[in-house]
Amino acid sequence: MISKTRENLIEKGLFITAIFSIIAILLIITFIFREGIPILQDYGVINFIFGMDWAPSDGKYGVFTMIVGSICITLLSLAIAVPLSILCAIFMAEVAPEIMRKILKPVIETLAAIPSVVYGFFGLIVLVPYVRTNIGGTGFGMLTAALILTVMIMPTIISVSEDAIRSVPLEYKEASLALGATHWQTIRKVIFPAAIPGIITSIILGMGRAIGETLAVIMVAGNVTQIPSSILDPVRALTSNIALEMGYATGLHYSALFGTAIILFALIMVLLVVANYFHYKKKVVIGGGYL
Amino acid sequence: MDVKPRNILIIIIIIALAYFMIKPGSDYERIEIAGSTSVQPVAEKLAEEYMKDHPDVRINVQGGGSGMGIRTAQQGVVDIGTSSKALKPDERDGLKEYVIGKDGIVIAVNHQNPVNDLTTEQLRDIFSGKIRNWKEVGGPDAEIHVIVREEGSGTRSSFKSLVMKDEKIRSDAIVQGSTESVKQAIKSDPYAVGFVSMAHMSSDVKALEVNGITPSETTVADGSYPLVVPFEFITKGEPVGVVKDFIDWVFSPEGQAIIRSQKVVPAIANVSDDT
Repeated sequence: MISKTRENLIEKGLFITAIFSIIAILLIITFIFREGIPILQDYGVINFIFGMDWAPSDGKYGVFTMIVGSICITLLSLAIAVPLSILCAIFMAEVAPEIMRKILKPVIETLAAIPSVVYGFFGLIVLVPYVRTNIGGTGFGMLTAALILTVMIMPTIISVSEDAIRSVPLEYKEASLALGATHWQTIRKVIFPAAIPGIITSIILGMGRAIGETLAVIMVAGNVTQIPSSILDPVRALTSNIALEMGYATGLHYSALFGTAIILFALIMVLLVVANYFHYKKKVVIGGGYL
Repeated sequence: MDVKPRNILIIIIIIALAYFMIKPGSDYERIEIAGSTSVQPVAEKLAEEYMKDHPDVRINVQGGGSGMGIRTAQQGVVDIGTSSKALKPDERDGLKEYVIGKDGIVIAVNHQNPVNDLTTEQLRDIFSGKIRNWKEVGGPDAEIHVIVREEGSGTRSSFKSLVMKDEKIRSDAIVQGSTESVKQAIKSDPYAVGFVSMAHMSSDVKALEVNGITPSETTVADGSYPLVVPFEFITKGEPVGVVKDFIDWVFSPEGQAIIRSQKVVPAIANVSDDT
């Protein structure tokens, strides 16, 4: 009887902890929408999303340039980070000797633990002048932001991909090798395809971090509200817009920043749906189960 | 597992408990100060020194911008609102302004930049984008990299009203979120120009003369330097009790010495006569 009550209590406790994240996200969504709805009503959804001008002091609240900015920075950083990270993960999981892996793993984890303001400051005093003198432009821009983000998201992609590659059953590898395939052929044709769903998950996580990163991007992206014509042009990300002006905003401007958050939210949702679609499409089905 | 009413009840109880745990208790006299981010460091220092002598008083200083300082003082949400611009006539309604000090806006460039002096007209043309090359103002043949603060920043709005008049700041100017990052950006870029408040000026960057006047404590105090902003405390109506005591203390020699130590030019007690 007592054990039954106890069992029940533990169940309830677990239930509460489990439901906590749902409550949190519902509260956040409710709050963002409640604060952001006025701008969508007063300014118009189309004007808000596709407006090219952002000048709160003149009553102009178009976020299109920032949507483009966020997407460009994120895609550029993924384009650099994904190949590097996946190759690094393959190296760590399949090729590297144990000693090498023991050094690499903590180093990469440290990279993930560095606060973003430190990355931003590093970008501001090292990367910005470097890009300006060696590549061109003012140094503040999409490329610099993407480079900083690349370093920030690589640890996530590497760790999760490596776990995915390591969790491919050893039998697959053995079977492939037994058929006479070389190690590289086995990696390319057997292990990598089997690990694809996990690798896609790692990319989703990295993408989430890239699109949500605020501080480091503010410090190096230049924060100009314009459609970039080259990768050296300064851009403003949606997150930067919120963080830059939140301290001062009132009235419709305040609401417009929450409107920006709604757009960011929708953008992340779309990206998650797309990523999940590929995740399920690439699933390897074996005898009723899948990896 | 189904969501039963009992489970929901448990959740509500937990949230309620958390709320009561977080709710602050209060045994002190409190002064809430909020507003201009430029005034904030000075106000914090003043509060810190005042609380040393008055252990029964707690002063809480927050940023938020001059607009927020004026608004929250008007609404009575805070005891003292701070502002780094003089109130407009329509904002003045029932508010009392205390100019606690004055700050200059310094036009900063890289130390390698040979330009030493600009007029306010040249500044307006540079920041609006009419002048885009340093050689037009006597510098090297290189593009001007304009660095500004974000919309809403106290320094930016002071700069706009003092220099830009009706012109707009060029829309492709690099935006930095803090004085420190503006300085860092200028320090590393020989062709950059930006504005920072004199209180935050350091030898990292070079200060330009404006209309031939070097920004300094003397030129700011006597008003000969063109880019001067007032640091104001704003109260709703006549301050009373501990708030009045704090403001009186700010204008005492002791308080003014602290303002000076923050590199802000102290003001003689001058209260606006609007009410």
